[in-house]
Amino acid sequence: MKQITVTVNGQPHSAEVEPRLLLVHLIRENLNLTGTHIGCDTSSCGACTVLLDGKSVKSCTVLAVQANGKSVSTVEGLCAPGAALNPLQEGFKENHGLHCGFCTPGMMMRATELLEHNPDPTEDEIRWGISGNLCRCTGYNNIVKAILYAGAKMRGEEPASTEPQFV
Amino acid sequence: MIAADFNYEAPTSLDEAFTLLRKYGDEAKILSGGHSLIPMMKLRFASPECIIDINNIPGLSDITREGDIMKIGALVREAQVEHAAELLEHFPIFADVTKLIADPQVRNMGTVGGNLAHGDAANDHPAVMMALRASVVIAGADGTRVVPIDEFFFGFYSTAIQPDEILTEIQIPMPSPYTGSAYHKLERKVGDYATAGVAVQLTIDANGICTYAGIGLTNVNPLPMRAARSEEALVGKKITDETIAEAARYASDDCNPSADLRGDVEYKRAMVGVLTKRMIHKAAQRAVA
Repeated sequence: MKQITVTVNGQPHSAEVEPRLLLVHLIRENLNLTGTHIGCDTSSCGACTVLLDGKSVKSCTVLAVQANGKSVSTVEGLCAPGAALNPLQEGFKENHGLHCGFCTPGMMMRATELLEHNPDPTEDEIRWGISGNLCRCTGYNNIVKAILYAGAKMRGEEPASTEPQFV
Repeated sequence: MIAADFNYEAPTSLDEAFTLLRKYGDEAKILSGGHSLIPMMKLRFASPECIIDINNIPGLSDITREGDIMKIGALVREAQVEHAAELLEHFPIFADVTKLIADPQVRNMGTVGGNLAHGDAANDHPAVMMALRASVVIAGADGTRVVPIDEFFFGFYSTAIQPDEILTEIQIPMPSPYTGSAYHKLERKVGDYATAGVAVQLTIDANGICTYAGIGLTNVNPLPMRAARSEEALVGKKITDETIAEAARYASDDCNPSADLRGDVEYKRAMVGVLTKRMIHKAAQRAVA
């Protein structure tokens, strides 16, 4: 067993863990933060994406002991309960960027880092940027729109209209 | 999926790591990015007794130029390579290859050193390092040795690194002026291994004669492969459609792909030929640009 301290969404947590415990299990089972999902469990789908010291990682392929002394951000940290939605959450809501919602936490955490590095991404850059996140409802178009919306909002610009376009 | 139980050690110096390697021998595995090792442990393809996490060892995370050598530390992440201005200026091949390795999250963790040390011909950096004629620095308690990339790969998951040693650095010779490099792999989807991949570096002199050619192939041979006859077909000649076609034909003939879900042998040979042509073109364009 190893003693570790991990700061999760700003709160330090200490735990005694087996070295083989995965970061995603620490988050979900020890800390009860079940917003982070386990999809493929093979670092393919990105549902378990969290930020480790600000960088998006697949927490099913990181050991909890590797996070010792580091900070982790999960989807629960995007906004406090009752507070105004984070621009990404608002973007996903306004653009119907989720259908079943399973991939959404991972998509939003990945998009958080993407927009931090590239505040004004093109649609192509967003598609490459979320290439490690799978949506099996295939709602990619609306997910891309949601991230474009959040980017505009974060830059203080007027986001594109979310009214449906009929052709 | 949960890995079999193991001891976890996180040394803060190479000497400490060497002591641990001496203690555990074959039963220890080095953890850098972990994105090849941890999946294998979860699938129970690997059950090391001890994991030695080298991420807390300082001095292994830099890309630096020292005279005629570009040095990539063992813990340099793929994502770091994507933004390494000086490296990309001299070796545009790294902009090509990193974009095609797995996905952004995996590139935040995965390391260039690990990509080589894993000893898998399906990985992308082995072919790139062959094209660039890189060397690998391997350190142990008894000292450090520099191994040329052509002498680094021994077999599937087997490299020149001995059980008591650690890959600490990759050294790439700085290219002459008018050198260009390029990489592409054909992949079915993001994150898949290459159906085939080709890395090329060329130097072209003022008379249009090719004075250096390095060509490495990904996932079409049991070991990472240098397309030696293709290189010979270019050096000392003008890069024309004819010489390119000859080099591509040799690469296609000399590789030894195996049939799998990504394609049969004939298809893979054909793709090696197509990619070799395209990457020679691209590297040549970059060389004179």
